[in-house]
Amino acid sequence: MDTSIAVSGLVKNFGRVRALDGLDLTVRTGEVHGFLGPNGAGKSTAIRVLLGLLRADAGTARLLGGDPWRDAVALHRRLAYVPGDVTLWPNLSGGEVIDLLGRLRGGLDPARRAELLDAFELDPRKKGRAYSKGNRQKVGLVAALASDVELLILDEPTSGLDPLMEEVFQHWVRQAKREGRTVLLSSHILAEVEALCDRVTIIRNGRAVESGTLAELRHLQRTSVDVELAGPPGRLADLPGVHDVRVDGNRIRFDVDTPALDGALRYLTGIGVRSLTCQPPTLEQLFLRHYEGAGR
Amino acid sequence: MNAALAGTGGLIRLVLRRDRILLPLWVLLLAVLPASYASTFAGLYPTQAERAGYVAGTAANPSIVALLGPVYSDSIGALAVQRSGMLLLIVALISLLTVIRHTRTEEEAGRRELLGATALGRHAGLTAALLVTYAADLLLGLIAAAGLVAADLPVAGALAFGAALTVSGWVFASIGGLAAQLTTGAGGARGIGLALLGLAFVLRLAGDAAEAAGGSGWLSWLSPLGWVERVRAFADERWWVLLPGLALTVLAAALAYPISARRDLGAGVLAPRSGPAVAAPGLASPLALAWRLHRGLLLGWAIGAAALGAILGSVADAAGQAVGDNPKLAEIMARLGGTAALSDAYLAGVMTIVGLAVAGYGIQAALRMRAEETAGRAEPVLAAAVGRTRWLGGHLLLAAVGPVVALAVGGVAAGLTYGLATGDVSGQVPRLLGAALVQVPAVWVLTGLAVLLSGALPRAAGASWAGLAGCFLLGQLGAVLELGQWALDVSPFTHIPRLPGGEVMVLPLLVLTVVAAVFAGIGVLAFRRRDVPVT
Repeated sequence: MDTSIAVSGLVKNFGRVRALDGLDLTVRTGEVHGFLGPNGAGKSTAIRVLLGLLRADAGTARLLGGDPWRDAVALHRRLAYVPGDVTLWPNLSGGEVIDLLGRLRGGLDPARRAELLDAFELDPRKKGRAYSKGNRQKVGLVAALASDVELLILDEPTSGLDPLMEEVFQHWVRQAKREGRTVLLSSHILAEVEALCDRVTIIRNGRAVESGTLAELRHLQRTSVDVELAGPPGRLADLPGVHDVRVDGNRIRFDVDTPALDGALRYLTGIGVRSLTCQPPTLEQLFLRHYEGAGR
Repeated sequence: MNAALAGTGGLIRLVLRRDRILLPLWVLLLAVLPASYASTFAGLYPTQAERAGYVAGTAANPSIVALLGPVYSDSIGALAVQRSGMLLLIVALISLLTVIRHTRTEEEAGRRELLGATALGRHAGLTAALLVTYAADLLLGLIAAAGLVAADLPVAGALAFGAALTVSGWVFASIGGLAAQLTTGAGGARGIGLALLGLAFVLRLAGDAAEAAGGSGWLSWLSPLGWVERVRAFADERWWVLLPGLALTVLAAALAYPISARRDLGAGVLAPRSGPAVAAPGLASPLALAWRLHRGLLLGWAIGAAALGAILGSVADAAGQAVGDNPKLAEIMARLGGTAALSDAYLAGVMTIVGLAVAGYGIQAALRMRAEETAGRAEPVLAAAVGRTRWLGGHLLLAAVGPVVALAVGGVAAGLTYGLATGDVSGQVPRLLGAALVQVPAVWVLTGLAVLLSGALPRAAGASWAGLAGCFLLGQLGAVLELGQWALDVSPFTHIPRLPGGEVMVLPLLVLTVVAAVFAGIGVLAFRRRDVPVT
């Protein structure tokens, strides 16, 4: 399958601060790729490198088959970008900004523009300074989604949107995917990621720590086990892949790495199992594990 | 303590923390000037006879009076006070901008909201901004007075001029506080404040010039800048003249508070209008966007330059005539080419001032692109199919052409009023248009400097203003401090031919234009290679 974004070993320093520390990121053409990580992990920096706004210090980045820095103008005709914090010109109306950005990209579809304005319930007559945070975000989204482009780069695009508008946003991203567009979606909203993304990359301290489909990522995580045994647990805690064993009489709770689950269950049935509950890892746990200790 | 003022102390500390460099800098820089003028005059004209000659020949001339204000005696102090006349305007300007910067700018940026949700009284923001500015003005007045006393001048006169400086700042600090309540944008508030300050300056200028030419100076009594001059420091001090200034300070602040208490956060009295739902077909390029962002600035500067040119041109003939009344001076002038030559010399000086002012516009326009970058508005444009050079080029073009338009308008306006006074409109308009346009290369050098810094040293882009301040100070102080020619040569305005009346030299103009182009070119190249945004 063709790749739209191929980044490897990307390094970016701001003075003594290392914002990207050997980042790898692959986005396949036609997929919605979730880009996750705690605040300050380097998501926006990576996106700005991909947009040719920042120059990487080391590593390679390819975007739609071109060099993001050298071929910036040609590549930007084929993509649309929504920053996490859309700032508007105070004296331009929202409609003017949408048209301007669309035309600078090479034109936008007026029918789709009207449809999006309607769906997002956005008044295009207001001046930039009069919009709330959520409405500024909508201006950016309409400008991007109304463009006929191959790639959408969305940096926390739904911050400030209400749940109804979140629904509208998800509808349009699915629509974009159906039309064969590729989407790189940086987000903190797990439900949004779960609903939209084919694959995700989790980034921490400027480095990708996990990448794959959500099912694959789940597989890598620990399962929580709550079991009542016929006898004492013995040396359960010494088994490979078993963590956080808490003993309460015959009732034992522990976490186990998913590949080691089979071995642990065999050991338990050797003792005798009276009741057993297994809980697969939730997305929250998955992300929290990666988010915890970020920046340390 | 009144609940509406809760948290004022904390906000004062915040304002002081944010302005910890800027505030001491302008207070000290402006406060030491009067004393330095005094010591210069003491050295240049040590005897009273010499000073009386200077007053009769130069200081009382309507053109000088128009620019700097009247001279009330031939004492060293009075000469220094007249020479410091521009300071009254500058203190007022800085006070106005400081108050708006700490009130409406904060509100527009949304930072005020963050603070407003804390245990902060409704009036705390305005009060903190006003108190800090009032205190800075007071300090400035005291230091200026102390400097004058240290220069062996009478204490009463020193205090009177210090008070004039302070009150000038106070009046416009309050006006700034009032203007900040009226509009939703800081730009609009600044526009209202600057228009009022410009009106005050023009009224003072016209009144003082009329008075010096033997007429009535009643127009000056309409202007706060006129009041503070009429304290007559080092002549026969009239302290009561400070009262109307103090009254206006209190009145403007007293008007600002009820508005601040009644309006919503972020809202103004003048409601913002809505815009078109669809962009005009022309709004499709970085240049078209730049035009939208610059056109208000251009209009404002064109009106300002027209007013300044018209006023300064209208008093030029009176300047020549007043010398003509003095037989001894007239004889000297006749040898130098008649009273027309004096008018020309005055007009040439005026054009340098117009040039310096318009250079401020050039820098302001060039820094717009930096402001776009730091506000995050450059990013979406550069993320579209717009190259760096094309984006920068739009702003650059307007920063280069805008000042030319402003200078041309100012020159034509001066030519019209001077031409009407001398009955030679068709002759004077092209002459003064040329005299104004000859300033363009010097203006471009400072504009180019702003582009250079924005591209190569973006965090230091604000230092472009220091370049303008340096040119202003060299022009004002260079000759009196007897700095070497090399120091004066640093300012591009030193190399501009003194027109009308002087000789047109093409080479310096070409060299300055090349310097400006090289500055801008380096700025563009550096911008193409660096990260965006650098904040």
